[in-house]
Amino acid sequence: MVDLSVDLCGIRIDNPVIPASGTFGYGQEFAKLYDINMLGTFSFKGTTWEPRFGNPTPRIAECPAGMMNAVGLQNPGVHHVIEHELPALKEIFHKPVMANVSGFSVEEYVKTCELLTEQEQVGWIELNISCPNVHGGGMSFGTDPRAAAEVVKAVKKVMTRPLIVKLTPNVTDIVSIAKACEDAGADGVSLINTLLGLRMNLKTGKPLLANTTGGLSGPAVFPVAVRMVYQVAKAVQIPVVGLGGVSTAEDVLEMLMAGAAAVEVGTANLVDPYACKKIIEDLPAVYEKYHWNNTVN
Amino acid sequence: MKQSIFTITENRQIAAGTYEMCLRGDTAAITAPGQFVNIRLDGLFLRRPISVCNCTDGVLRLVYKAVGHGTEQMAAMRPGQTLDVLTGLGNGYDLSKAGDAPLLIGGGVGVPPLYLLARKLREAGKTVTVVLGFNRADEIILKEDFEALGCTVRIATLDGSVGVKGFVTDALPQGASCLYTCGPEPMLKAVYRATDCPGQFSFEERMGCGFGACMGCSCKTVTGYKRICTDGPVLEREEILW
Repeated sequence: MVDLSVDLCGIRIDNPVIPASGTFGYGQEFAKLYDINMLGTFSFKGTTWEPRFGNPTPRIAECPAGMMNAVGLQNPGVHHVIEHELPALKEIFHKPVMANVSGFSVEEYVKTCELLTEQEQVGWIELNISCPNVHGGGMSFGTDPRAAAEVVKAVKKVMTRPLIVKLTPNVTDIVSIAKACEDAGADGVSLINTLLGLRMNLKTGKPLLANTTGGLSGPAVFPVAVRMVYQVAKAVQIPVVGLGGVSTAEDVLEMLMAGAAAVEVGTANLVDPYACKKIIEDLPAVYEKYHWNNTVN
Repeated sequence: MKQSIFTITENRQIAAGTYEMCLRGDTAAITAPGQFVNIRLDGLFLRRPISVCNCTDGVLRLVYKAVGHGTEQMAAMRPGQTLDVLTGLGNGYDLSKAGDAPLLIGGGVGVPPLYLLARKLREAGKTVTVVLGFNRADEIILKEDFEALGCTVRIATLDGSVGVKGFVTDALPQGASCLYTCGPEPMLKAVYRATDCPGQFSFEERMGCGFGACMGCSCKTVTGYKRICTDGPVLEREEILW
């Protein structure tokens, strides 16, 4: 039998497959379809201190081999997540979950993480310093090594769980940002978030998304993601979680070969709700076909 | 929700730009009129949400307008071809609030989901009146289907070529116990303003997944944020914020 398990910042997970934040809610929709305990873990919907409605609609645009979104971090706020979503999740998911956190100031990141790191169900916090959709904050942390280091340092002080920092690809040199996060104490990095894009509506001559710009995801971004994972994994000692357009077990293996310790699957969940289940089921045969052994490689 | 493969048994044009597709497959997840299915098409990344016009024991009937890449591709498909379909999406209409004389109001491609609703209401012994709005005579769909169910049908056309000249709001009868409506948002808003009986309004929005995961189709309501795809598409009059 093929051993799919991997170590992610000191926590052993059964396989490297992790549904990415924003494509898996808080697990409930998918738990109706299959036993989500088969996942390595999953990264829940990006959570902020305050509840947020997010951006006006339309928030979604289709692209060749992908889509753009400008949801704008809609979420019920950290208190609601702790009081309602985590207890509900406990009924359906019996593994440590990855808590994805966003914020608009260092203080906001810190107090949100402070609450979540104390929750027994939370295994890791994934710090989203890269969401391209939100005006006035989100972008700046992830695009400047000093700002990234500042927020990572501040959050690390309150953390009792591993901290994984999720990076934006919308930068000149992602390696310098990853290194700044590592130096500031990050236990891991995950990349890439969506690529900033824009589409025009031919009928109106105006941008298709109400937010004007949106984040491109899906198979279209996969080679960009693999390239960045490869570069970052060579440059840092901490685990790298690879994501960006991963849709098949072969894509997962490609990310692992590029240096990822684990792999997140995002947009694929939205078009095929069984995507992660199929990937995990396909993975042993793909490992065998390409003679991949997690423990050796 | 269920993901399964359906086989096309029929696909034909029934009015200007409008097609009817019948498919055979597992329809068990479809539990209420007003729900929709989400269809995967070759070469297109996102699925295409289409309302359920009728559904009986493994036969699904969709009536759709060819307006973009997805629906144009559907219109070119032939019997025997298969489609990957997510079924049983959305809340659908609540029949328990119908009263004795429900009024159904549909505009354009908002008309098809009202057919299954009318059928269920007629099976429950209700007196059903249907008001349908179209641009022109050659766009009229499902009129005879509603009549065959025993519904009273009123038509409004913008150019006056059939029925009342104007909008559905120009053809509304008095005395409905409850209204059910589906159509473009300006029509929904006009119906909302022209009526005061209890009512259920079915909304449209650009969707990512169609099953509540992506938050692409959220709207604000009196009772908080709702996802059109999962908490809707049907909203009660009392919860709508325009």
